[in-house]
Parts: sequence; C-alpha cells; structure tokens
Amino acid sequence: MKVSGAQALFKALEGEGVDIAFGIPGGAILPAYDPLIESGVRHVLCRHEQGAGHAAEGYAWATGKVGVAIATSGPGGCNLVTALADAKMDSVPIVAITGQVPTPAVGNDAFQEADITGITMPVTKHNFLVTDPGEVAETIREAFHIARTGRPGPVLVDLPKDVLVNETTWSWPDQVDLPGYRPTIKGNMRQVVEAAKLILEAKRPVLYVGGGVIKAEATEELYELATVGHLPVVTTLMARGAFPDAHELCLGMPGMHGVYTAVTAMQKADLLVAVGARFDDRVTGKLATFAPNAKIVHIDIDPAEIGKNRRADVPIVGDCKDVTAKLVAELTRRQDEAGIPDRSPWLEQLAAWRAEQPLRYDQEPDGPLKPQYAIERLRAHSDGDTIVVAGVGQHQMWASQFWSFEKPRTWINSGGLGTMGFAVPAALGAAAGQPDRRVIAIDGDGCFQMTSQELATSTTEKIPFVTAIINNAYLGMVRQWQELFYEERYSQVYLSYDVPDYVKLAEAYGAVGLRAERPEEVDAVIEKALSVDDRSVVIDFRCDANEMCFPMVPAGASNDDIITGPEGLQPQDDPAEAPIA
Amino acid sequence: MSLHTISVLVEDKPGVLTRVAGLFSARGYNIDSLAVGPTEAEGLSRMTIVVHVESKSLEQVTKQLNKLINVIKILEHEPGTAVERELMLAKVRAKGDARARVMEIAEVFRVSIVDVTKTTLTVEASGKPEKLEALRELLSEFGIVELSRTGRIALARGDRGIREKGGLRVARAVGAEDSPEWTGGGV
Ligand SMILES: Cc1ncc(C[n+]2csc(CCOP(=O)(O)OP(=O)(O)O)c2C)c(N)n1
Ligand SMILES: [Mg+2]
Repeated sequence: MKVSGAQALFKALEGEGVDIAFGIPGGAILPAYDPLIESGVRHVLCRHEQGAGHAAEGYAWATGKVGVAIATSGPGGCNLVTALADAKMDSVPIVAITGQVPTPAVGNDAFQEADITGITMPVTKHNFLVTDPGEVAETIREAFHIARTGRPGPVLVDLPKDVLVNETTWSWPDQVDLPGYRPTIKGNMRQVVEAAKLILEAKRPVLYVGGGVIKAEATEELYELATVGHLPVVTTLMARGAFPDAHELCLGMPGMHGVYTAVTAMQKADLLVAVGARFDDRVTGKLATFAPNAKIVHIDIDPAEIGKNRRADVPIVGDCKDVTAKLVAELTRRQDEAGIPDRSPWLEQLAAWRAEQPLRYDQEPDGPLKPQYAIERLRAHSDGDTIVVAGVGQHQMWASQFWSFEKPRTWINSGGLGTMGFAVPAALGAAAGQPDRRVIAIDGDGCFQMTSQELATSTTEKIPFVTAIINNAYLGMVRQWQELFYEERYSQVYLSYDVPDYVKLAEAYGAVGLRAERPEEVDAVIEKALSVDDRSVVIDFRCDANEMCFPMVPAGASNDDIITGPEGLQPQDDPAEAPIA
Repeated sequence: MSLHTISVLVEDKPGVLTRVAGLFSARGYNIDSLAVGPTEAEGLSRMTIVVHVESKSLEQVTKQLNKLINVIKILEHEPGTAVERELMLAKVRAKGDARARVMEIAEVFRVSIVDVTKTTLTVEASGKPEKLEALRELLSEFGIVELSRTGRIALARGDRGIREKGGLRVARAVGAEDSPEWTGGGV
C-alpha cells in the first residue's frame, strides 16, 4: 500500500495505540495535520508548545502510557525544549514529533529552521532525524519503544516536510532492532539474596522509595515488601502515593522539605533499601553526612544511578517490579525459617518522633488564610482517586506534605527540573488521560501565570479540571530564601494579589472563577468548585504571604540540621555562606 | 586523576559523534584524544577515547556512554592489556646543520621523512604514544612548524574481539555484570 510519510506517521501512531496528542500546527508540520483529520488520534490544540509538552507529560504520569506532543519546526520545536528537559529529569515517557524544513533546505538557515535534534540531544533519552519516508513507521516504533521501556524518558522524532509529503510503501515492523539498547530487566538473584540477608540483619531499616516504583508499576510488590518485612517507608517527592500515607509504616516524604520523621529515620538508619530512587541532593542534603551509619541496597534499572552519589553495598540493576518481587519471595522464605526480626524499638522510636514532630501550622480563626489549611480542606472534600498536580515552589511542598495519598498516579509534579508552569498544562493532560477522575492543580500564583493560557484549551476541548491557586502575592519560595539567607532583603519577588484578577481571568477563559480570602470561606468555595464538572474552575486562595515552608534543610546543610519551624531559625552571619538554590 | 583508554563500539549513525562528545562536555569530563573510524563489521564504528578522570568518574563515564542508544559496547583498557598506537606528522624546520640531525633522529626512531622542502622536513611517525612524545620533544628543539596527531587507537591483547559475547569485560554495571540476562546496553 502506498502512503505518504504523513499517513505513515498516523498509521504508526495508531499502531502504537495512541489515542490522543497535544500540539500546535505550523508550516513544516502541515502535511501531517491533513491525514490527522481521518486518523483515530484525537488532537488537542494547545495554546503554547510548552503546554503541549507538559500536557503529554501529565497524560503519561496519570495513565502510565506514552504521551505525545506535536509541534512545527523552529520555534515550535524550541518551545518544547523545557518540557523535554522536564521529562528527561523525571523519567516521563513522551514522544515529541516535530516538523522540519525540507531535507534539501536543512542546514541553510531556511525559514523556521532550527537544529532541533542538536538542541534536544542532552534533554532527550534519544532523538531521530528521519530522512526517508520509508523510515517513518520504523522510527516511530523505535521512539515509543525507547520512551516506554527501561528507564522511561522523552524521545523526539524530527520529520522534514518532504519526508511527510513523499510516498512510500507501508510496512509495520513486528519488532524493533536496536542493538545498542537492551535494558537490564531481571535482577541478579545472588544480589537479591544479599539484600535479603542485610534486611534480616538490620535493626533500623528504611525503605527509600523513589519514582521508579511507580514507573515500574511495582507498588503492589513494594507494599508486600514493606508489610512482610515490617519495613518503614519514606516516599520521595517523585513517589508520593507509591505507598499509602495512612499506613502505619509510612513515614511520608524525606528531603529538603520532608517530614521530620522521614528525614531523621534515614539519618539514623542502619540500612536503606533504595528502590527506584537516585539519592538526589534534595533528598540527601549534604552527602557526606547523609545516613552515615546506613548500609545501602540500591535497586534501579539504570546502572548509572547506582554508585553515582552514594556507594551501594548491594547494588541490584533491574526493573523494580522484578527485583522487588524476588526480594519479597526471598525475604519471606528466610523469615519463614528464621522468624521476623524484632524491630519494635525502632518502630517505637519512629512513632515517638512522629508524635513529637508532626507537620504543623497555625490557622487562627480570624487570621489570614494559611495555604496549608486551604490544601487540607481541599483534601478533606476529595476522594482518594483525585489526581493532584503541583507547580513548583512553596505550594508544591505544602501540597506534597498535606495531601494524604492513597494510590499511585494520584500525584503529578515537576521534581528534577523544578519547572514553574508545569501544573496547568500537566493537569490538562492528566484530565484528558483520566476523564472519569477529578484533577486538581495546586498551583502558585507565579507558576500559574507562566502557562495559564491552557485554560483556553481546557474550555474549547472540554477537558475540565480545578486549579487551586495558592495566591501569596509572591514568588514565595524565592522570598523564603531571601528571608532566611539574605537578611530579608527582598529582591524581585513581589507579584501582587490582584494583578491579574484571577477570577476575571478564569471567566475570560470560559472557566468558573472563585475566591476565598478568609478561612471561614474556604469550605463553601471548595464545595462550589467541586460541584462543577462541565467546566474548569479556578480558585483564588488569597493566602498569608508570610507563611514559610517547614521543615527545611537548607541547601548544602546536613539533614541532621533540619529546621522544623520558624523558632528553629538562626540568623545567617555571612550572606556569602548562603546556600545555592 | 589519570588517563584511561576506552574503546567504544557504536552504530555508524548520523550524530553519534556529537552524542558521545556532548556527553563528555555535559558531564564535565575532559577528552584527551578521540579517534574514530570504521571496523571489521559493516555499520559499526569504533571510537578510542582517552579521558582524564578519576576512576570513580570513569565508571560514570562508561555507564553514561552505555546509555546512549547508538553505543553497542564499551571496553575499558586496563594498563598493559591493550596494544595502543598513534600516528603523528610533524613539519620541522631543518636548514643547514639541523637537516642532518633531524634525519638522524628519524633514523634512530625508525620513522620516515615524507615531505622535503628547502627549509623543512616532514616526519611521519607511528607507535606507542610515549615514543611519539619522546620524538616530539626532540624535534621541538629545531622548531616545529606544524604538527598533527591522530589520537590513540587501541585493541585489547589476546585472541578475542570486542563484539564477542562475554569475551571482554564491558563497561561496569555494578550488580548486573554477573547476571546471565545482562547484555550490557542502554537503560
Ligand atoms: C521556570 C522557572 N523559573 C524560575 C524558577 C525559580 N523558582 C523556584 S520556586 C519560584 C517561585 C514560585 O512562585 P509561585 O508559583 O508563586 O509559588 P510559591 O513559592 O509562592 O508557592 C521560582 C521563581 C523555577 N523553578 N522555574
Ligand atoms: Mg506565590
């Protein structure tokens, strides 16, 4: 069968089971937008390619499937770069399809030409420039395979206009042929045995759970591991929901703004079993003093993560699902013989810390609205299936801290890159992927203004979600650092409470706009917001600008020096010593 | 910090050199030399990279290289385990007295003179990097007009090839190298 390169593209996307793509057309990609009309792929017309990229990410986070973004050459592709870098850092499987100037024009500085494969090389797992329409199907196949398997990540496929226009004979490869790409899936059993032995010997073990557990769909195996072995669990910012917060073994989030017990448990542990986690600096604090007495079992599909920041005593390369299942079996077998070690002193210690050092904030009944209160009330009105999407800043940390997660894939955020503007488009993508679930973006006022244009997409494409803006009139996280480390010398962080008027802005976009300024208004506003299901809703929570996010381990400091509240602050003597964000 | 020689077998695809070079610069590793050319197998090229790093970073280098989709296999040459060679061309000022002395040096080193002008001699030398270094040192006395070196290439000693399964130690993937399922490429 003869097809154009563009037709081959859509047949290939259908072959990969793609039902939705987020994008914006333009000159070089135009030939692809014609067969799109007849294809089985729903195209969501975004208002900015960055939005399309984050929407593809949100879709992937929420569904576990590969998200797709489409853009034209030059500026279109360039606008995707932030989303690709974000997906690379957080191992999010997306495929970006870009138009390119016709092959004879490549390299000539043609109109809207950008070397997008060159530009995106460091921020993609892999990318392709296709030069023959006969290679379109095969390349799409490979792109999806690479994006979805192993350690997932973004892949870009650049398609010159003539490649889209010219004809080829359709053929769909049964399998991919990538001799240099064979991720290690199965964990080495000898190493698993060593890990099980260490777990049995440990008096103060902690399961350090990262985003890889969710990507590998290994949360059930993880649950078994924790409960069979009586192992307390910390879930990183990337792994919130991988283990239920309400479980007695769950200590919550570790790291820079982590829960005291989670941070301190890792510091005092004699064994850390890291599963799909990468010892990121936001988790470890000062590496030299991180978990000084802990042996390390490190399970990850990416060998390069093992030993990168912290030497592993028992390294296990493999898919978290495979390795965790094997570890459960081995541990069960050994415990059946030798019994479960008595960990009650450790568990009692953890319970004591939890009682002494809960997350806390003060909502005075007639005081200013506290962001934590707004988030807690939102949670109280929502069910455990609700998908929460966060931006980047204080509100992100509060959302992660104060939302109680029950299930995987109910928490979506930008962890590694820390991309402001992530929440609204990612919520759009999540809502498109999970149309029967409630999606709530908890966003900052600064973040919201970076990508709020996708509210138009939400309205016209009928993909509703709720955006709760934690409006503190500031680039709050930056303000917090200036308050703590730059002697309250505030520099370029004030935004304003009422410019723009978020309620009017929401209405202008065809969404419902609501506002709560006082604590007693919060419940009614949330109830109203959650009663709308045919339109998007924006809530302007006008919150206390002075509220700071605690606990906090200042960047570069030891996790032992965690500050649990404002009373723990010490004046910074020398601003030159101030940590680097 | 020390010099390490690694052989990288790659698919002969556009952009692969950029990917490899980009990885080194993005992660802040210094390439001392990089030589690339075709191999015994069609569609495969071989890069020999000499890199200046601590051994802990070398492990990261090889692991990160291994993640590149177009990289098939990586071999780290331990000192003494490989034949390492390099080619050098040096155009040397050689007038009057110097002429005979340059030719004498060439003879002692068993290298050839491949171009002659009234004022210069061009020396072609191949061999171990240390030998070339010694030669360069001696020639520099006369004044080197220009010099070009290919960078090192290397083959492991012994009867096995880099493509043979299990034949040679591939880049370290701690905890995976013993796994029968481990084939050693990509993540
Ligand atoms: C694109 C981008 N630019 C700048 C930053 C640096 N940054 C981190 S948090 C933050 C403030 C975010 O402000 P807001 O969205 O209002 O959130 P808040 O901290 O007030 O909750 C900034 C500017 C970033 N993370 N991303
Ligand atoms: Mg703010």
